[in-house]
Amino acid sequence: MRTRLLTPFTLLLFLILPHLSLAVESSPLSGKLVITGSSTVAPLVLEVGKRFEKAHPGVRVDVQTGGSSRGVADVRQNLADIGMVSRALNPDEQELKAFPIALDGISIILHKNNPLVSLSEEQIVGIYRGQIKNWKDVGGKDGPITVVNKAEGRSTLELFEKYFKIKNSEIKSQVIIGDNEQGIKTIAGNPGSIGYVSIGTAEFAAGNGVPIKLLPLQGISATVEEVKAGKYPLSRPLNLVTKDNSKALARSFLDFAQSAGVEDLVKEQYFVTFSKK
Amino acid sequence: MLRRTSSLQESLLRSSSWAAAAFVFGIFILIIGSMLWHGAGLLSWEFLTSEPLQSGRRGGIAPILVSTILILLVCMVTAVPLGLGTALLLSEYSSSKPSFGNFVRWCLDLLAGIPSIVFGLFGNAFFCKVLGLGFSILSGGLTLACMVLPILIRALEEGLRAIPQDYRRAAASLGLPRHATLWSILLPAAVPALMVGLILGLGRAIAETAALIFTSGYVDRMPESLMDSGRSLSVHIYDLSMNVSGGDKSAYASSLVLVALLFIINISASMLADRHLKSRLDLL
Amino acid sequence: MSPSLKSEARWILVLRSSAVCSALLLLLILAFLCKESWPVLREKGLSAFIYPGAWSPREGEYSLLAMLMGTLSVTAGALLIATPLGLLTALCCNYYMPPRLASYLKRMLEILSGIPSVVYGFWGLTEIVPLVNRIHPPGASLLTGSIVLAIMVLPTLALMADASIVSVPTQAVKGAAALGLDTWGVFRSAVWPAARPGLMGAVLLATGRALGETMAVIMICGNIVQVPTSIFDPVRTLTANIALEMAYAMNFHRSALFVSGLLLAFCIAIIVSLASLVRPRHA
Repeated sequence: MRTRLLTPFTLLLFLILPHLSLAVESSPLSGKLVITGSSTVAPLVLEVGKRFEKAHPGVRVDVQTGGSSRGVADVRQNLADIGMVSRALNPDEQELKAFPIALDGISIILHKNNPLVSLSEEQIVGIYRGQIKNWKDVGGKDGPITVVNKAEGRSTLELFEKYFKIKNSEIKSQVIIGDNEQGIKTIAGNPGSIGYVSIGTAEFAAGNGVPIKLLPLQGISATVEEVKAGKYPLSRPLNLVTKDNSKALARSFLDFAQSAGVEDLVKEQYFVTFSKK
Repeated sequence: MLRRTSSLQESLLRSSSWAAAAFVFGIFILIIGSMLWHGAGLLSWEFLTSEPLQSGRRGGIAPILVSTILILLVCMVTAVPLGLGTALLLSEYSSSKPSFGNFVRWCLDLLAGIPSIVFGLFGNAFFCKVLGLGFSILSGGLTLACMVLPILIRALEEGLRAIPQDYRRAAASLGLPRHATLWSILLPAAVPALMVGLILGLGRAIAETAALIFTSGYVDRMPESLMDSGRSLSVHIYDLSMNVSGGDKSAYASSLVLVALLFIINISASMLADRHLKSRLDLL
Repeated sequence: MSPSLKSEARWILVLRSSAVCSALLLLLILAFLCKESWPVLREKGLSAFIYPGAWSPREGEYSLLAMLMGTLSVTAGALLIATPLGLLTALCCNYYMPPRLASYLKRMLEILSGIPSVVYGFWGLTEIVPLVNRIHPPGASLLTGSIVLAIMVLPTLALMADASIVSVPTQAVKGAAALGLDTWGVFRSAVWPAARPGLMGAVLLATGRALGETMAVIMICGNIVQVPTSIFDPVRTLTANIALEMAYAMNFHRSALFVSGLLLAFCIAIIVSLASLVRPRHA
């Protein structure tokens, strides 16, 4: 009877042991770092993690996605050491500490064949409220406007709402999208459409032959440079968050992710490098 | 050969079914064609054997290929025995208790309609957290096993049912116990059906994205054990096409690899089935 | 008990427990869905979800009715296209094509069934959506969704239908042919009655796949929460709702998304139950 019981126990031990080793901390740096959260930030942190692993051979950095809310929730429940959040922290999340690792701007984009070169903020609000339905009302060619909006809860939508002082329930859109790439493909396939996406992504796409164009905002052109200079009005931080950064491993990763040693990785992902002030 | 009379229905049926087949063929050409057009340029031996760089824009897919195969193995090793057992019970033993069989069938039909993202969230809560497997190839494989189970069982049950009753009667009249009949007569006869089920199930599993993002995870490192997190090809394709700007080419190339992998699996499955059939015919 | 009976009993036990496991799986998933959606259901009640209204969870409005209509209409559209195509393709494979060609076609179908839905969605977004857009903007619509979903479920449907036509005993087919019937007659008198449960099963499986499809639907349906009034209207399905918003949802919003899943499961349960009423019992 006893031996029979033992087998599942040893099995269980084997299941648990690798997890226990996580809790043990030793210097020099070793162990596993679990990072979860925003899919926008994940490709960047994955590359940062790889470089960190190279510098510290005993360390493993596991990056998992699932959205900003998941990053916050996992850090709160201690399921992850670090969370990735593609927005500033909400008022009810102030117990967490945020460490910005990059910036990202948001640009209004149109199809390349649309003759318009700029829209005023009132016109944009009018279009998104559904009061302006035809391009000729804002000085363009005759044709219906297809409004492309982001899904509820996305941080780009929240930023857009805040900037244009418009509520999501007031927006009358014809297409709702999830990720940036989907937005770009949707607009590229529809000459009468208007949308907003991450500047870095849009700049890259426009530079590589995708038929879209970026509209300036308040007369400031939507480029990575202007975001970096702090002039472009519509931008957001990409954050890493933790509950406590007292653990040596997490702290040293956060320092590394904010250091100049990863700037090339940030540029590779078409985000804007964030310099610590 | 069936005799042909030129009734109206006959010619209508004939032309419309040829048209349908031609349509399917056209779709195939369109989809594979666009994948080849965009992705073939990137395919090379290096692509298959090197690690991804720059979030997959450059470099290859070696660790992702290994993870995918491991996930599929875990999935099939779990789903096939469970599916086989259930299908045998449903087709051979449920006549005495039809209500139980119908209940199981109802459950399976319902299971087949559960969206994959729900499987993903469930797998994350159950396998990763409750069973403590974490983000791992094991969790991913088990979640996929849950997903393909209904397909596998449905195909197997159809296959078993198609075996003529005479086989069973003949075996019974020889005094063979029922389980021996199952083992030595019905199961071998159902091998082609098992292959159909397996291929459909594998197709579903290899194509799955939503269920894997939350279970086997996003890490694109070479897995060292089944407890490691590993990114599957489909997750890689999703990430490249929807999340990584400039990843389209790699996404198409990865899709081509996925299709090739599926092709190899299908060919070898049907070759195995053919050889199996031949060896049985030789026996007779 | 004789040894053979004993081993028979053991054998049945093994089979039965595997069947119980399979069924238990569903109950586990349903229990999980219920647990996750309980907080908002307790607070707002079921009626908040199924009465007509708006879906803006951050402002406390949770009506899922429009998305339910969206899901059902996209699925119905897809099946309307895929079912005849699938059955005819299976028929062609079995009765008209030379066997060699048929085996090539089947291999093609197997490959098609294994292409990730992301790729179909991607393809739909870059090829079909602009096409429909030229007829009637915005292009991402109920029609586009139905077409792409139909193409997605077609391979599975055709292969399953083919398997059930193949499994019709050859004596029956030969017998009918010997009576001088043409293919249509053989199909109606011998193949259809025998293959019907299998064909229904194939359609049912395709329904499930279409109802549950997520990744492709997000890209091509437009995702607007509204009851469609024309086939060019964009719609949002319940699955798209989960996938679009889950990443950023917190608290009640997250919980409400699980209610979407539960509602979907409930719909599928109804459809499956109806189908099992219509489906003739296995002889």
